[in-house]
Amino acid sequence: MKAVHILFRRELALAWGGGGGPLLACGFFACLTAILPLAAGGDPAVLKPVASGVAWLALALASLLSLERLFERDLEDGALDLLATGPLPLEAVFVVKAMSQWLATGLPLALTAPVAALALGQPVALLPLTTAGALIGGLGFAFTGALGAALALGAKRGGLLIAVVVLPLFIPPVVFGSGALDRAAASLDPLPALALLGAYVLFACAIAPIAGAAAIRNAQG
Amino acid sequence: MIQTLGISGLRLTRGERTLFRDLTLVIEAGEVLALTGANGSGKTSLLRAISGFLTPAAGDIVFHDADANVIDPGLARSHQLHHLGHLDALKGARTAREELMFQSDWLGHSGLDSASGITEAIETLGLKPLLDLEVRKLSAGQRRRLAMARLIGAPRALWLLDEPLSPLDSRWREAVGAIMQAHLASGGLIIAAVHDPLPIPTRSLDLGLVG
Repeated sequence: MKAVHILFRRELALAWGGGGGPLLACGFFACLTAILPLAAGGDPAVLKPVASGVAWLALALASLLSLERLFERDLEDGALDLLATGPLPLEAVFVVKAMSQWLATGLPLALTAPVAALALGQPVALLPLTTAGALIGGLGFAFTGALGAALALGAKRGGLLIAVVVLPLFIPPVVFGSGALDRAAASLDPLPALALLGAYVLFACAIAPIAGAAAIRNAQG
Repeated sequence: MIQTLGISGLRLTRGERTLFRDLTLVIEAGEVLALTGANGSGKTSLLRAISGFLTPAAGDIVFHDADANVIDPGLARSHQLHHLGHLDALKGARTAREELMFQSDWLGHSGLDSASGITEAIETLGLKPLLDLEVRKLSAGQRRRLAMARLIGAPRALWLLDEPLSPLDSRWREAVGAIMQAHLASGGLIIAAVHDPLPIPTRSLDLGLVG
């Protein structure tokens, strides 16, 4: 457990410091949601039906931003070898990195999401659900995103490759997350959609570390 | 703790190319082996194979403890060997102190108190004036000394060093030689890929002649 703590502190410090990762993601997210009314017109009748969908789309895109440096920098400066000779198996290293990605990017985004959704005309009553959905979905984004980052290790223009690999994996959480909001907006029970979202995230959390660790070993060989 | 490293019939390949074949050697505690050979002869690959990053095309790499029991390669890698590549594994935006503490704590996680080891590393490698600087402000030699601090801060038996001395000036080459000698005296093993001779007496192996 001590090793987890040591690595976690380092990963959080790296994610928060140097380049302002979380602020950047939140700023990007805010920009995306601000562009929609400018592009589609400010009519609430137009914006309101798509508010939750757009908020989730922006969330998915903003989650991509800091993925490139999650493993690539450690590969470039040799720190990935250091991590691989430490007391934790690579699968655990992957989990710690994905969790710190969630805390450093997913959490700030989940706090920004209700503000953005409100600006797009979402009813106030849906705000707690928006935050909860973004928190759960963000965990899925972090794990599938980290998997994409591990798969793209060593590739040139890895950032773009990560986006292409990862965005299809982001579709289910976007569908279930915005579905939960749509159901709540139509006064239906959002729980089935949230349950599906949770199931997908659990699946990602279980599979991604194994696949990601294999991808890292491959990149180190 | 690793007492013996045995390599038998080892063949390493990179892509289609065979680096060397039928490499057999045994290194005992207290010995240092200098790997020499032209660029591309497989020095780095051999070190990476011993660390478990590369899978040999043929042959075995086996670690034995003092009772001649085989040590699981995964356990050897996670607790008993240092792999110091030609990259320093340091993050430019963090201070030398943060990186030193992280590297030593991370690798030295075996229940023992690492604070005394870290203090010793700081003194032996002359890192005290550098501790509060960001790593990106250090010279190549200073970075290498900082990276080497984990060898002392986190005691492990087998040191795999890739060009350890190249960025160091003559004074620090001597000092690192003394550090290596102290490690050997306490029952450690060292394998170092080098171009210039180490400042201590070594066995040496020219990989260019093995292939």
